[in-house]
Amino acid sequence: MTQGELDAFLGRIPYVGFLGMGARLDAEGLTGVLPFAPHLIGNVMLPALHGGVLGAFLELTALARLALDQPQARRAKTIDVTIEYLRPGKPVETYARADLRKVGRRIASVHVEAWQESRDQPVAALRGHFLMGEG
Amino acid sequence: MTLDPQFLRQIGETMATGVPQAAALGFRFLSAGDGRGSIEVPWRDDLVGDPDTEVIAGGVVTSLLDHTCGLAITSLATAPFSTATLDLRIDYMRPAAPRAGVIAEAHCYKLTRTIAFVRAEAWDADRADPIATAQAAFVLNRIETP
Repeated sequence: MTQGELDAFLGRIPYVGFLGMGARLDAEGLTGVLPFAPHLIGNVMLPALHGGVLGAFLELTALARLALDQPQARRAKTIDVTIEYLRPGKPVETYARADLRKVGRRIASVHVEAWQESRDQPVAALRGHFLMGEG
Repeated sequence: MTLDPQFLRQIGETMATGVPQAAALGFRFLSAGDGRGSIEVPWRDDLVGDPDTEVIAGGVVTSLLDHTCGLAITSLATAPFSTATLDLRIDYMRPAAPRAGVIAEAHCYKLTRTIAFVRAEAWDADRADPIATAQAAFVLNRIETP
């Protein structure tokens, strides 16, 4: 899958546009990118990103990573996710990388971690199971 | 002692519409009280997660469940506090119907001095046929009032 195909995969999903997220491909693989925007705020006092926004960003990064792995398959469907919140999401750009723990014929298990200024200080992590689309 | 229902309704409306992400998603406050809270998100074309079916995105349901859990906790408040999500587990039973909005109800079934434990479910048409369920833990941060 090329950067153009990845952009097209994400660009077809209206909610991805609502969040304003993207993903880039480089030598390290796929990185989800969520630029800061005021409508992503869930706590005005801190201020901090909404927990649901971080969860959605992690889940979409997992789905994009699965699409990269299996470009011929239909889109994977989320079965369950467990999201761990480690630090408040600051109002800055957020990044995420997914690790495919196991991709079976029907089920994939994926771990995703999101960070902001420093990769070794993650803000949130997700473990999820996904139902793989038939080819 | 819990909050006066009228005041609780005001807080609920503020939580559902005054928080930027909640307002951007078009949340509508439905009810709050006795450790329960309920919020609705109407379907909108920019919230679609699957362009082939026009089903609302899972991420919208994630935000809705998280936010509704916060409302349920707030309904038990005796002093001002903010909540921060510790962990959130969501099971997606089935996709919502095409072009359908989603309603969520959360129940804070245990509140300690520092932690709230909450369950929630989301449905499109029939409460007995949920699209997703959630289990979450939150940290309470007391807001110091002068």
